[in-house]
Amino acid sequence: MTTPEHTSAIPLQVLDHNDVFRDEVYQEQFENKREFENGASKEEVERVLQWTQTWEYREKNFARESLTVNPAKACQPLGAVLAGLGFEGTLPLVHGSQGCVSYFRSHFARHFKEPVPAASTSMTEDAAVFGGINNLVEAMDNMSALYKPKHIAVSTTCMAEVIGEDLFSYIGAAREQEAISQDFPVSYAHTPSFVGSHINGYDVMLKGILDSLSKSADADASKIEKSDKVRLNIIPGFDTYVGNHREYRRMLELMGVHPIILGDHSASLDSPADGEYDLYPGGTTLVDGAQAKFNRASFILQESTLRRTAELIRDVWKQELVTLETPIGVTGTDAFVTAVARTADVKVPAELTLERGRLVDAITDSSAYVHGKRVAIAGDPDLVVALTRFVLELGMVPVHIVSTNADSTFKARMEKMLSASKFGDAATVWPEKDLWHLRSLVFTEPVDLLIGSMQLKWIGRETNTPLFRVGFPIFDRHHLHRFPIVGYAGGLHLLTGLVNTILDELDRNAPAHSYDAVR
Amino acid sequence: MTTTPVPTRAETEAMIADVLAQYPKKAAKFRAKHIKANDPEGSKECEVKSNIKSRPGVMTIRGCSYAGSKGVVWGPVKDMVTISHGPVGCGQYSWATRRNYAHGHLGVNNWTAMQVTTDFQEKDIVFGGDTKLEKVLDEIVDLFPLAKGISVQSECPIGLIGDDIEAVSKKSSKKLGLPIIPVRCEGFRGVSQSLGHHIANDAVRDHVLGTGEGTFEQTDYDVALIGDYNIGGDVWASRRILEEMGLRVIAQWSGDGTINEMASTHLSKLNLIHCYRSMNYICTTMEERYNTPWTEFNFFGPTKIVSSMRKIAEFFDDEIKAKTEAAIARYQVRFDEIIKAFRPRLEGKRVMLAIGGLRPRHTIGAYEDLGMEVIGTGYEFAHKDDYTRTYGMLKEGVVLYDDPTAFEVEEFAKHLKPDLMGAGVKEKYVFHKMGIPFRQMHSWDYSGPYHGVDGFAVFARDMDQAVNSPTWDLLEAPWSKAGEVA
Repeated sequence: MTTPEHTSAIPLQVLDHNDVFRDEVYQEQFENKREFENGASKEEVERVLQWTQTWEYREKNFARESLTVNPAKACQPLGAVLAGLGFEGTLPLVHGSQGCVSYFRSHFARHFKEPVPAASTSMTEDAAVFGGINNLVEAMDNMSALYKPKHIAVSTTCMAEVIGEDLFSYIGAAREQEAISQDFPVSYAHTPSFVGSHINGYDVMLKGILDSLSKSADADASKIEKSDKVRLNIIPGFDTYVGNHREYRRMLELMGVHPIILGDHSASLDSPADGEYDLYPGGTTLVDGAQAKFNRASFILQESTLRRTAELIRDVWKQELVTLETPIGVTGTDAFVTAVARTADVKVPAELTLERGRLVDAITDSSAYVHGKRVAIAGDPDLVVALTRFVLELGMVPVHIVSTNADSTFKARMEKMLSASKFGDAATVWPEKDLWHLRSLVFTEPVDLLIGSMQLKWIGRETNTPLFRVGFPIFDRHHLHRFPIVGYAGGLHLLTGLVNTILDELDRNAPAHSYDAVR
Repeated sequence: MTTTPVPTRAETEAMIADVLAQYPKKAAKFRAKHIKANDPEGSKECEVKSNIKSRPGVMTIRGCSYAGSKGVVWGPVKDMVTISHGPVGCGQYSWATRRNYAHGHLGVNNWTAMQVTTDFQEKDIVFGGDTKLEKVLDEIVDLFPLAKGISVQSECPIGLIGDDIEAVSKKSSKKLGLPIIPVRCEGFRGVSQSLGHHIANDAVRDHVLGTGEGTFEQTDYDVALIGDYNIGGDVWASRRILEEMGLRVIAQWSGDGTINEMASTHLSKLNLIHCYRSMNYICTTMEERYNTPWTEFNFFGPTKIVSSMRKIAEFFDDEIKAKTEAAIARYQVRFDEIIKAFRPRLEGKRVMLAIGGLRPRHTIGAYEDLGMEVIGTGYEFAHKDDYTRTYGMLKEGVVLYDDPTAFEVEEFAKHLKPDLMGAGVKEKYVFHKMGIPFRQMHSWDYSGPYHGVDGFAVFARDMDQAVNSPTWDLLEAPWSKAGEVA
């Protein structure tokens, strides 16, 4: 019983679902209900359970060609909504069935613990037959009146994509019919959920937004405020760590560079509780988005995620493009800092060198506990690549690497990184596999630690392996996303979590004599 | 306006007019039919229109048919594999988030908190997904030998590309020797989750109901518990009461339920329905097919629990009635204890609700038992018969809103300044920013159970901790002037 005794603040001891069903009355109820269930006997369930943990089951599991079980990926329009939320005054609008938008809003709300404004065109059967032009026009009319956005970012659900909706002409119709003015900024992207995953939806929506803003009246180089500082675009991608956006800004400012974060949802998904609800608490300004093409260079920090955005910058903007792995860990951050310094022609300030030294110092302190630990890593491809580099740096041994939404380049990219490290030769790389595959991998070839989203928690419990939560979604732990995982400061956060997860586990399992006071 | 606990009808009508004035004309006219000041008599001019399409762009809080079928009705059936048939998203967003508790080992004899999908790719859209579905069914049986059945939950594309999931299901069911149930719950059908509930009920009717022969000796006290999804253990707390009344629950629909229970429910002597909105269809079907009587009940809060127990006991003999009264006497001790502890802390607090299809009315009594008053309520996906059941439960002038938009919920809250808001996760954090205590009333905010005697204690505790949390005093910085917070 963890509920405290009665006090003035807690006036009655109350048992909730965690405890109340332990009572004999309930245990008897559960046992008696089995008569009506006609399920398999306990012995049979146990036999099958054991079998699902074997190599034989693993082979059967990996032989499947069509079934997907517990995938670590979501669909395109989810990513499109996140891209929209990264810009000032922007209300995402998703064209198609309305249930999708409720799902996106709930999904993000559970992760960020924040409001997630997004609207739907609420298409139903008649729109499936006749098309949803009227839905989109009315949606813009209603959104403008009720929510007064400065910019609308339109994406699509699979319903709209299957029936072939033409967003470009519908948005034109909304202007014709005066639902929005002729010059009201609207960006759009087609985001079919049967292609790719949420990261691709993020990419095409971001590309759509940057493309439309860069053609707006604000896209005028003469309007840029004069300054000695070099302006660099930082494009984090589908990055759910709002602490990362702030860390990129801080690092660049320390270096004397003017950072323009393109797709900065750190305000809209981490706003204060102060008595007022602000629908649009911030984001990349529309002016910054419009002028981004005039800045010295763009940094793409999620290579697999941001391919289409990179094309826009390289082929249309003709801007210098720097593509780097997400700067996680020492060498990842070194590469980022070096590239920023070179591109902006600035010196690395002593303060960053000091931060680097502190991270390295911390790693040396923790090294004995992380060195040689076998890990499984799962998540979005760019995050998995960057995390793998970090764990190799720590002397950990990646064993299973799973990315359900990996693209065709993932395996080669991973193998190059793994072969460059002495700690990489135990790893197997599994693009396009799901977490039911990972379950088999961990049962047959155990690891010391799982690294990935909340969706790995069931594997952790079943295989008795601790889970260090990194990535998306994380519904069951609080505030992790508010801290950075990039840069030297982010490396320290990650290291702290990693080593203490291992130490907690060590303490939990230690025999009395080894339950050490000092670790 | 907010000095009296409930505004007058005229005041509420003025508030509604104020909010609607901010809509474009067409939408305002439409929304006006869905928002009314309550008349407990249910007069024509106060009738709330419902179960009609949401306007585009207004930020409805509704979901879709798939959510109603997969998420509500079929998903909790624990020994069946539920396939989210189509692209990956729908199943991903509804994976384990509704908290339908169930006993059993995930992936061995329980598939409730798993995401099983056909994960459609472009080629499946272009060439059709029937071949893939057939293969997926084979692979499920191969990997999950203890599955007692499979349901195929259609996502939007299925109905648009002309797939024949009925034919595939029929063929595979025969080949694999287990029930495979096609469900046409594409998200674009209907206007909300509600049609999904209906479609799901119809699929149970057509493929499951009456197919079981019963694996037990029948008794005169056999009842079925319908429309309880075991969120945070609700159904277990409700079942406890029914068993202590001397009744025997032969089936749970569908929280912690099994296909065998559903298939054998026609053997029930009385069907007890909690969530009327989502499962009245199957009760009507059983009444027509098997002459099984059914009755609605409400296990939220002492007043409704006691009256519901007596109402149910009326269907049975004196022995049951005696046991019921004995149970009520025992429960009363606990009820008194809970009310004594929490009522002084909640007395007079005013509550706004915006929930699904049952709780906007069913929880009113529980709040009242704690001395709280519901000053505004509305449904996401109710029908006319739900509102008919609601008018008389509320005072005159209480604002009723059907399918409220994010804008309306927020505006009404600004006007009414409730002490507690109860809605869903999409709404929750808006109210945290506004400094209004909030409880999620779909998922019980990861708490529960809220049903039954044990549930009422948790309900009271949770409302207390929301309303009386010290955190609400921290919102304003000492250097910010009131009303001018930066």
